[in-house]
Amino acid sequence: MGNEPYAILLDFTRCIGCGACERECARVNGLPDDPPEDKLDHRNFTVVLKHDSGQYYRRMCMHCEDPACVSVCPVAALEKTDAGPVVYHPDKCIGCRYCMVACPFQIPKYEWHKSIPVVRKCIMCNSRIENGEEPACAWVCPVDACRFGPREKLLAIAKRRVSQMPDRYVDYIYGENEVGGTSILMLSGVPFEDLGFKMDVGEQALPRLTWTVMSKIPNVVITGGIMLGGISWIINRRMDLQKEHMDEVDTLKQDKENWELEREALNKKIRDLEGGRHG
Amino acid sequence: MAELILYWKGLSSHRKSLWLIASAIIVMGLGLSVWRFFFGLGAVTNLSDEFPWGFWIGFDVMGGVALAAGGFTLCLLVYIFGYHQYHSIVRPTVLTAFLGYLLVAIGLLYDLGKFYNIWHPLVMWNPHSVMFEVAWCVMLYLTVLFLEFVPIVLEKFNLQTPLKLLRRLSIPIVLAGVLLSVLHQSSLGSLFLIVPNKLHNLWYTPILPLLFFLSAITVGPAMVIVESFFSARIFRRGLETAVLYDLARFMQVGMLVYVAVKIQDLFVRGVWDQVFAFDAESIHFLIEMAILFTAMIMIAIRKVRACPAGLLTAAGLVVSGVVYNRFNVSWAGMLEGTGASYFPSWQEVGISLFLVTCGIVAFVTISKFFPVFPELEEPSREEWDVMCPAGKKLLGDRESDPEETRKAS
Repeated sequence: MGNEPYAILLDFTRCIGCGACERECARVNGLPDDPPEDKLDHRNFTVVLKHDSGQYYRRMCMHCEDPACVSVCPVAALEKTDAGPVVYHPDKCIGCRYCMVACPFQIPKYEWHKSIPVVRKCIMCNSRIENGEEPACAWVCPVDACRFGPREKLLAIAKRRVSQMPDRYVDYIYGENEVGGTSILMLSGVPFEDLGFKMDVGEQALPRLTWTVMSKIPNVVITGGIMLGGISWIINRRMDLQKEHMDEVDTLKQDKENWELEREALNKKIRDLEGGRHG
Repeated sequence: MAELILYWKGLSSHRKSLWLIASAIIVMGLGLSVWRFFFGLGAVTNLSDEFPWGFWIGFDVMGGVALAAGGFTLCLLVYIFGYHQYHSIVRPTVLTAFLGYLLVAIGLLYDLGKFYNIWHPLVMWNPHSVMFEVAWCVMLYLTVLFLEFVPIVLEKFNLQTPLKLLRRLSIPIVLAGVLLSVLHQSSLGSLFLIVPNKLHNLWYTPILPLLFFLSAITVGPAMVIVESFFSARIFRRGLETAVLYDLARFMQVGMLVYVAVKIQDLFVRGVWDQVFAFDAESIHFLIEMAILFTAMIMIAIRKVRACPAGLLTAAGLVVSGVVYNRFNVSWAGMLEGTGASYFPSWQEVGISLFLVTCGIVAFVTISKFFPVFPELEEPSREEWDVMCPAGKKLLGDRESDPEETRKAS
């Protein structure tokens, strides 16, 4: 496979809740076999849940096109590959957990109980993709509820399904535009907000919010440095000049005093000499 | 050792108990540190996947950095703007800032999951990350503060050559410190720009960096005032009342600008009605604003600001108002949006208390051995005469009351 941006299309209406994706994910990624069944935590990368309506749905990392977690990581421990996955380098990670704070979907989990913890989240089986294989969950799904492929192609498939079967699907592709688009696309028969998906994350990629400020930093440093340096130079120069001026005045005063003393001495001498001639 | 025993015997019982409390806190802190580093964050904190940043980020880092702003605001006034009359308080302030930032860095070690990787931002770059920028600024600023502090040590050992070199470089060093402070003080606000859906509307604004910067230059002078009072008491020295009185004006102007921008921003974003919604967030916001308004009114009243006790209270209010703001941004304002519930564990608070205690002990110890404080005269007769009784009492913990000394002589 090339480096075409890939994606995963999840069709919740097709899911039969067999849990094969969860098990294969755990096997391939070496995850423990006692994961929680109702939520994501550090022991699982994906979870299949059942809605009251009877429809199953899944939670996993959305692999954003422009991920907040990647932009905030101070040491670039998270990385968006050209092929689509958002991967994690635990050896770089310092454990600041800014990725967890920043993620609009609250996906990254932490090993709170360990003395040396790392962040845990789905990495879209990056090494399998590099080897030309499909991610484990897509490969194992028996009913094609989880399909892997080029994002453009999957998006077209999703749009066709929604338009051809309006009774089966809600008219929404979750992930098409969320936070600037994600590499996970979702179709559902139940409104996404009822499944607990955040509908208010907006269509703007979050890193832009930060970058508008960050990009001004060089300007602030240069302008601020010159301005403050200039102010300091002007003020201190004026103070020096003031001091010089005062010193000069002092010197003149001192000179004047000296001259007066000398004058008096001379006057006295003259008086003495004159007095001596008369006397 | 003998000197230490002699020193201990010479202390008043009041001071002995203070030292005992400090020692108890430090022993507790060391125990908690072992607990945290051997058994992990989960063992000592109430942090969770929903709420990964808690008390340590809110208080130790965001509060700590804001409260250490006294260093750069005072250096800006003295070295750049030429207010040389404040020179007498530069050294204690720089020392406080240096220790403050050191504590921020140590506090960060407790909070980082892989603390031994703290140096990674030096070599693994991500210029898009606000955290990366903060890390670099704090590292560089810590170096600057060290260079600003080290003349005190050099003077003690009379090393003239490096002293002369540092004096020649003092303006560029101060300039670098001011710029670095402007950057990372505001960047602590930028940290939260990435969470528009998690941070409550009352605090989330695109101008968060500006608000953080304005509040930092407000709380800087306030911290200098508070610190001066405490060192006056601890070291039984006079108080630079005239200087502090002046600083209170800078604080007042800073606060006026800060509050004006903050309120205007609420209108611009059209969230003014949420201020009086009286839900949890609105109440926290109102408390934050009430603290600052009380301080502003106190400073505006001449009688209050002329009295050391009034000045101290007002400055203390500004400090707590800004710390409250940092807590609101990192804690109270983040609860609803993340669906989390969080209250710090006693261990989290205990470790923060331990770090603050270490800072105070370090300050007192360094001040005893190095020329941090210039020789200072007792308050002049005029200053003492206009001082209110509460202020006299506040400064009364001296070996001798200046009033009595004067009467005697």
